[in-house]
Amino acid sequence: MINDLFSAAFMLGGSIFMLIASIGMVKFPDFYIRNSASTKAVVLGVLLILLGVGIHYNDTMIFIEIFAILLFIFLIAPLAAHIVSRAAVITEVGFWEKTGLSELEDYKKEQDKEAIRNTKWFATSEQDTSQRKC
Amino acid sequence: MVILINLFVAVLMTWFTQAIYPGIPNDGFATLLLFAGWNIVLWLLTFFYSPHSFHKSRQISALVFFYLKELLTASLRVAYEVLTPQDHMQPAVVAIPLEAETDFEITLLANFITLTPGTLSIDVSKDRKTLYVHEVYVKAGDTESVRRQIKDGFEKKILKITRNPYQV
Repeated sequence: MINDLFSAAFMLGGSIFMLIASIGMVKFPDFYIRNSASTKAVVLGVLLILLGVGIHYNDTMIFIEIFAILLFIFLIAPLAAHIVSRAAVITEVGFWEKTGLSELEDYKKEQDKEAIRNTKWFATSEQDTSQRKC
Repeated sequence: MVILINLFVAVLMTWFTQAIYPGIPNDGFATLLLFAGWNIVLWLLTFFYSPHSFHKSRQISALVFFYLKELLTASLRVAYEVLTPQDHMQPAVVAIPLEAETDFEITLLANFITLTPGTLSIDVSKDRKTLYVHEVYVKAGDTESVRRQIKDGFEKKILKITRNPYQV
């Protein structure tokens, strides 16, 4: 009885955080703010939902699996946000107009735009391109 | 090393306790409690033979709890920002000079920064000496306080754990 109550509360709380994050995705003005907001709320939402599942099943193996899932999510979610925002800065996705950008100038000077543009990300041979044109 | 051995021994002790005493329930919650209890007992025992690892594991668990607290406040702040109509956001990009040097330290710091309230780590410069962070709440262009907050909070705690192995 108490177990059910706790698991329901955790899962409800987690899904409310997820819902708020997805409303924020629509409301926030800027790519970077959206990215930072969604990462945090989603990590906490997944944590709460998994805790609710663990309390519901009340089994040792399930707790171990939940621990592994949480470990990987805590490692990987910030990493994904970081990679996406780095790609956005390099490809010059616009900032919000209120953003103070004075300290980003050094970073922009350091970037070699020509080298990034001329990098061959995928090795394509002559044959491949000719086939694609047909 | 002592910390890992303690974890392993705690797993074994939990298993033995449940095998020997049939009165103890065998479900997940009881197992978690037993495991935590054995960990605390073994941790308190390390104080007598290796005070260094005693303090180190205390620092690590303090960092984990601090991280969870920051994550909770970050999510509550996002929720507050979404649900109230007016916005208090004044974003800025802040360049933080890094003391952390190795890959592990920088990765840990960038991950922790991404999950603290209002911040998002963007990139590390090529000479690995500055970290560019997108911070949402900067009051009146005061980037210096943001810089000090991150350097005194997370970076200090991480460096205390990863470096100076015999300084408590």
